[in-house]
Amino acid sequence: MSPAARSKPTARLLAGLLPDRALTWEEHLAAHGPLAQPGPGKHLVVEVERSGLLGRGGAGFPTGRKMRTVAAGARRTVVVANGAESEPASHKDHVLLSHEPHLVLDGMELAAGAIAADQGHLLVHRGSSALPALRVALAERARARVDRTPVTLHELPARYVASEESALVHFLNGGDAKPTYTPPRPFEQGVARRPTLVNNVETLAQVALIARHGSEWFRAVGDADEPGTLLVTVSGPGTVDKVVEVPTGTSLEQTTRVAGVDLGAASAVLVGGYFGTWVGIGQARALHLTQHALRAGGGALGAGVLLAVPHGVCGVTELARVARYLARESAGQCGPCLNGLPAIAAALEELAGGSWDPRRGAALDRWLSLMPGRGACRHPDGATRFVGTGLAAFAEDVERHQRGMICAPGARTGWLPVPATAEGVWR
Amino acid sequence: MRVKVNPIECKAHGVCAELLPEWIELDEWGYPVIDGGELPRQLVAHAKRAAAACPTLALILAKD
Ligand SMILES: Cc1cc2nc3c(=O)[nH]c(=O)nc-3n(C[C@H](O)[C@H](O)[C@H](O)COP(=O)(O)O)c2cc1C
Ligand code: SF4
Ligand code: SF4
Repeated sequence: MSPAARSKPTARLLAGLLPDRALTWEEHLAAHGPLAQPGPGKHLVVEVERSGLLGRGGAGFPTGRKMRTVAAGARRTVVVANGAESEPASHKDHVLLSHEPHLVLDGMELAAGAIAADQGHLLVHRGSSALPALRVALAERARARVDRTPVTLHELPARYVASEESALVHFLNGGDAKPTYTPPRPFEQGVARRPTLVNNVETLAQVALIARHGSEWFRAVGDADEPGTLLVTVSGPGTVDKVVEVPTGTSLEQTTRVAGVDLGAASAVLVGGYFGTWVGIGQARALHLTQHALRAGGGALGAGVLLAVPHGVCGVTELARVARYLARESAGQCGPCLNGLPAIAAALEELAGGSWDPRRGAALDRWLSLMPGRGACRHPDGATRFVGTGLAAFAEDVERHQRGMICAPGARTGWLPVPATAEGVWR
Repeated sequence: MRVKVNPIECKAHGVCAELLPEWIELDEWGYPVIDGGELPRQLVAHAKRAAAACPTLALILAKD
């Protein structure tokens, strides 16, 4: 297939979606065909391995390998679907859960069957607007006796780090939704101390399609090494929170264009969300959406967020706002995260306010380089990558603020989404 | 052998950096910054002593 043909938008997960409500069970079957494990002589774990599917929750871990590891023991296992989507700029999981919940629930049922799980747990943020659609979908499936493995729907505290996998497991085991020290990782010892498969809801929806159509079908679109389609949430000049499905490997330029963004009116792009990497507009155009391509450039695909910041938005002020948000969202358990993130946020606030001391700049560099790998979870790693790459991408704004000139006249702030923090709520 | 810390258990007592200064520094808040490399053989006994002395048993000697 030519590269051009490979990079057209492709509706697989989003096939047949209705704008205003979820597909019913019957509509879902009409769109995707009956729910069944792969045909005779095939096994879902092998099919998922052959498909090359990488997890869509941020880390890009091979899903087939994770399923095989969980299934390896002689024990009953547990399936956990991560639908929290804590990333404030991401909306793809919400689109799936509120418009095509049955595809996610199919994925849970099929994965459970393949790895000998006898319980499934689906978690979304407390008060999520996807809850009504999920409750209806679960009732429809109960009526039609679809599932062998019971699925429980949970409302997780709406905290950024509550959806890290060890935090989900701790929450399901009756504790606070705070990350725990690993090992043991959830695939070794998770819910009820059993091997636990934690997957993002988009990953599970992809599994539901692989079970139906096979690994060959899955590999027919997208990048040769990381095939398939990808849900991406795009915001920028011309578009807010648009979720599109594109083949992996599509260029950033094309993906944002399909979503209606005018990159010509943008100064920098955030790739991957608040865990992700800032790239200047020139470099951004050339990027292709695969884990390996983005990693090679020091970035990450993360949860598939592309945020193109319009000209005239002050980068320094935006970095300071989000750094403060990420500091607030720390679970406060690990010294480096508890002390380092507020220190970084305060330094950025000083810079944003135009009072800059070069000694503070040296300290900021030290904190940014000392933070990664020193928390129980990767929250500090993501936060420092966000700030560090942001300072480079907005170098002009940074320099102006260092000279005490504050924002350019008419600069806009408050552009990046920063939710309120549910202080103290971990259960 | 590698030296790691469980950052949730670590309460910045700093004993580890005193007993294994070749391998552990403290950041400005008193939390250890540990060399992630393979521990040289001559430091293993010191590392074991540091792990045993940590008041919260947060310092870990990992085999890999
Ligand atoms: C601070 C933090 C927050 C996270 N939030 C989410 C989330 O909201 N949704 C998600 O799917 N994964 C999230 N993850 C990643 C999960 O820990 C886990 O890797 C993922 O759910 C595994 O799914 P996958 O293999 O299908 O990608 C988060 C990780 C960290 C470190
Ligand atoms: S690194 Fe931060 S967010 Fe992660 S567990 Fe430690 S304190 Fe909590
Ligand atoms: S001795 Fe233990 S508690 Fe003290 S800094 Fe070292 S690891 Fe942390």
